[in-house]
Amino acid sequence: MGAAHSASEEVRELEGKTGFSSDQIEQLHRRFKQLSGDQPTIRKENFNNVPDLELNPIRSKIVRAFFDNRNLRKGSSGLADEINFEDFLTIMSYFRPIDTTMDEEQVQLCRKEKLRFLFHMYDSDSGGRITLEEYRNVVEELLSGNPHIEKESARSIADGAMMEAASVCVGQMEPDQVYEGITFDDFLKSRKNPNVRAQLTSKEADGGGSVLRSGSHLRGHHDLAGHRHRDQDARPLP
Amino acid sequence: MGIRGFVPFCPWNWCLLLATLQCCGASSELNRSTDSSARRELNVRYAAASSQPAETISVFTLDYDYVQIPYEVTLWILLASLAKIGFHLNRRLPGLMPESCLLILVGALVGAVIFGTDHKSPPVMDSSIYFLYLLPPIVLESGYFMPTRPFFENLGSILWWAGLGALLNAFGIGLSLYLICQVPAFGLGDINLLQNLLFGSLISAVDPVAVLAVFEEARVNEQLYMMIFGEALLNDGISVVLYNILIAFTKMHKFEDIEPVDILAGCARFVIVGCGGAFFGVIFGFISAFITRFTQNISAIEPLIVFMFSYLSYLVAETLYLSGILAITACAVTMKKYVEENVSQTSYTTIKYFMKMLSSVSETLIFIFMGVSTIGKNHEWNWAFICFTLVFCQIWRAISVFVLFYVSNQFRTFPFSIKDQCVIFYSGVRGAGSFSLAFLLPLSLFPRKKLFVTATLVVIYFTVFIQGITVGPLVRYLDVRKTNKKESINEELHTRLMDHLKAGVEDVCGQWSHYQVRDKFKKFDHKYLRKILIRKNLPKSSLVSLYKKLEMKQAVEMVESGVLSSTAFSTPRRAQRTQETKRLSPEDVASMRDILTHNMYQVRQRTLSYNKYNLQPQTSEKQAKEILIRRRNTFRESVKKGHSLPWGKPAGTKNIRYLSFPYSKPLPAGRDMKVAEFTDHDGSDSELPPITFNTHSPTGTIQERRWTPEVIPMKRLHGAGTPLHFGYRRNAGREEHLGRGGRAILRPKPLFHAVDEEFESEEESEEETPAFGSLLSSELRPGGDCNVSHSPLLQRK
Repeated sequence: MGAAHSASEEVRELEGKTGFSSDQIEQLHRRFKQLSGDQPTIRKENFNNVPDLELNPIRSKIVRAFFDNRNLRKGSSGLADEINFEDFLTIMSYFRPIDTTMDEEQVQLCRKEKLRFLFHMYDSDSGGRITLEEYRNVVEELLSGNPHIEKESARSIADGAMMEAASVCVGQMEPDQVYEGITFDDFLKSRKNPNVRAQLTSKEADGGGSVLRSGSHLRGHHDLAGHRHRDQDARPLP
Repeated sequence: MGIRGFVPFCPWNWCLLLATLQCCGASSELNRSTDSSARRELNVRYAAASSQPAETISVFTLDYDYVQIPYEVTLWILLASLAKIGFHLNRRLPGLMPESCLLILVGALVGAVIFGTDHKSPPVMDSSIYFLYLLPPIVLESGYFMPTRPFFENLGSILWWAGLGALLNAFGIGLSLYLICQVPAFGLGDINLLQNLLFGSLISAVDPVAVLAVFEEARVNEQLYMMIFGEALLNDGISVVLYNILIAFTKMHKFEDIEPVDILAGCARFVIVGCGGAFFGVIFGFISAFITRFTQNISAIEPLIVFMFSYLSYLVAETLYLSGILAITACAVTMKKYVEENVSQTSYTTIKYFMKMLSSVSETLIFIFMGVSTIGKNHEWNWAFICFTLVFCQIWRAISVFVLFYVSNQFRTFPFSIKDQCVIFYSGVRGAGSFSLAFLLPLSLFPRKKLFVTATLVVIYFTVFIQGITVGPLVRYLDVRKTNKKESINEELHTRLMDHLKAGVEDVCGQWSHYQVRDKFKKFDHKYLRKILIRKNLPKSSLVSLYKKLEMKQAVEMVESGVLSSTAFSTPRRAQRTQETKRLSPEDVASMRDILTHNMYQVRQRTLSYNKYNLQPQTSEKQAKEILIRRRNTFRESVKKGHSLPWGKPAGTKNIRYLSFPYSKPLPAGRDMKVAEFTDHDGSDSELPPITFNTHSPTGTIQERRWTPEVIPMKRLHGAGTPLHFGYRRNAGREEHLGRGGRAILRPKPLFHAVDEEFESEEESEEETPAFGSLLSSELRPGGDCNVSHSPLLQRK
């Protein structure tokens, strides 16, 4: 793994798997080594070294996503203890923009993958459903940045969102029926509405920001939102 | 109008009024409906009186000249305001055309009246008045109301487009018109290159505010909106700077030829003027923010500080030959954030309204001037020049849009689509700015000024009327990508999560983007700037509590006098309830979004509400609502605690459920009665989405128990009272919802009253006795059964 950039074949293999260019792979590898401290694998603790991540209210969720077996395509549940560079790239590849050259079907597939990643952020117990508990948990974390917000309001936001999701996904329910949580299909279903889908496209592909940068070689890999990463500016870790 | 005074008046004084009469007659033309007959009458008297001598001391005189300018200006503004009122009273009109159309029409009308009466309009508009008094409010307003975050997110593209686009347009139009002028057949040989360039610079100043209103209505995507907004914001500044430099060149040209050095100097000047202006603006912004930190005891002065410092920044920049426009914009943008936190709520409202008012006065005046000068003898019509101006305006705008966006799309992750570009091209509406600049051209340097003014007017009329009216349909036709403004909570949450995820992943790969820049600035801001600029003890929370106490008092009084039957939102809300039982009400969604927007770390604010002529009711009205709702909540609290009710019933947890019966008696018996009864029991099921997480499971066995922790407590969403505090001051919509229970008490209405109280009682009892829930469910089983059959009935209620 550590020799990924020296063994060009390996790089090519990774290119094929993840869709990154060799340049990007090299840059990411540099970053990977920074994070891991020149070890072949990254453990959870390594993420503590990223200072800016500390401010992120959903930090634990993000870190967790890196070790989630579902995202690593290694199983249907559970967490990996450590990830190697290839896994790292796999996670990163979720954040690549949708290729413009792809046909409609591939685009849909790609989009679905991204959504699945997002879904896994919510579904922390790998139960295949976003339960109310999980949803509340996420909202609470999202709002944790502000001490003025009470837990109660975060919960009721989650409750409201859940109710909304239920009404969108299930429609009329029998009075005795209980909505158990948002499944991935429901998650997708809420986007059947063309309006919503249009938004989602924008969200996936743009994130609202204009990234007017100099130098076309900077157009490295992209995150989920498609922001260009300025890889060569990788900040040294303290 | 002064005419009314004349009627009881003695005839010998008429001769004293000779001069004034003429003015009066003319100005009174403004009052179109009444004056024609009155004037005729006057003319008759005037003829009779003219023979009288004028030596006596007058008992009643009229000095119209003395008041003419403010008098007529006041009338204009009043007329424009009345026209606006009429415009907005009409339901269909505002959707059909932009408001600037109306202003122009009013201006043209005034112009026609003035022209028809041979009255000379007062010299309100000259160069110094325009630049010193009329322009600053307009610029200040647009700077102050700029949505900061999306602006800085798109800063690169905006600068690229607004800055370079204006230059490209100015030079493109100027140069191509110069080529046209070389054709001898058109008779334009005497217009030299500089004059053409100057004309190009003034005609390229677009004013797409009318388009923004359309965009907002059509909810186009954020980037597109910001492009146009940024253009509106920066374009004026750039054109004015260019205009001034070119005027300077033209003056020079009178005496000696321009050397390349001068051109270089001009370019350097352009940069210095812009950056210097912005620099001074930022400095003054910080100063005024700092000063408002100490104004807590004299809050009446706060708006004054804000306005004076912004104006001062403009004046200082102008003194130093820097761009005052950019200075005042930068000042507004800088101080806004801090001032808003420092000043009291009333001052804040004052500032906003005053700003809107000033800018709308300025603009009205300019438009009326435009109308006045449209109709008159100061025109020179040259088919070639005017037609080519119009054509080149469109062509160069198209070129600059497609070229510049092609380039910037190379760097953007999410490019502007062809549709977006088409809309941007089409939104090149010219406005008051272009006209003022053309009107202010010095006649000595520009012998063909009349031609320029005419051409400008034609372009403005064409763009405002034709493009302004058709851009709405075009946006709808092209189906431009919409913004994600008013959608569901789920979407909002996903977006937020995505935002954080993005930022987090960027951190992980150590990449550097505007997220990080903003983050750095935020840290700096928190560490230093806020500490210096913002008051330490923000009185907001204590104020609120004090307020609440006062409100409590008032609420009791109001209930006693029965004022509280506010129709403002009780009826629409009820209609909504019945229609939209399945979804959260838009108010809820909006308030939840507010919470999400304002209380999270590193997220985008989606407040893109901008209207040149009016303030959105958003903040102020929400606050008013909040007060009302607080009133109700506090009142309800008192009711809960067992205070006496107006109708003298004890408000016990159980009893309250039967409170509705006395009121449901007037209902016809039979079905309706049954409905009422049913609501009384199973209100939660029928009132709320039937798909809800039902507390009463039919089997009531393992499954129920299993899901109990997951069951959404409905009362918390709908019936809960005060414990729910969303953030500090953004809770209006939410509490409105919550306040319904209170209103139900105050305005007894059988069904809803019963329903709302049901929630409350349920809430309380559930907490006390967990067993009560199951008891309730078993007890209410029959109610649940008729739920299905009755719900349509209920919804019709």
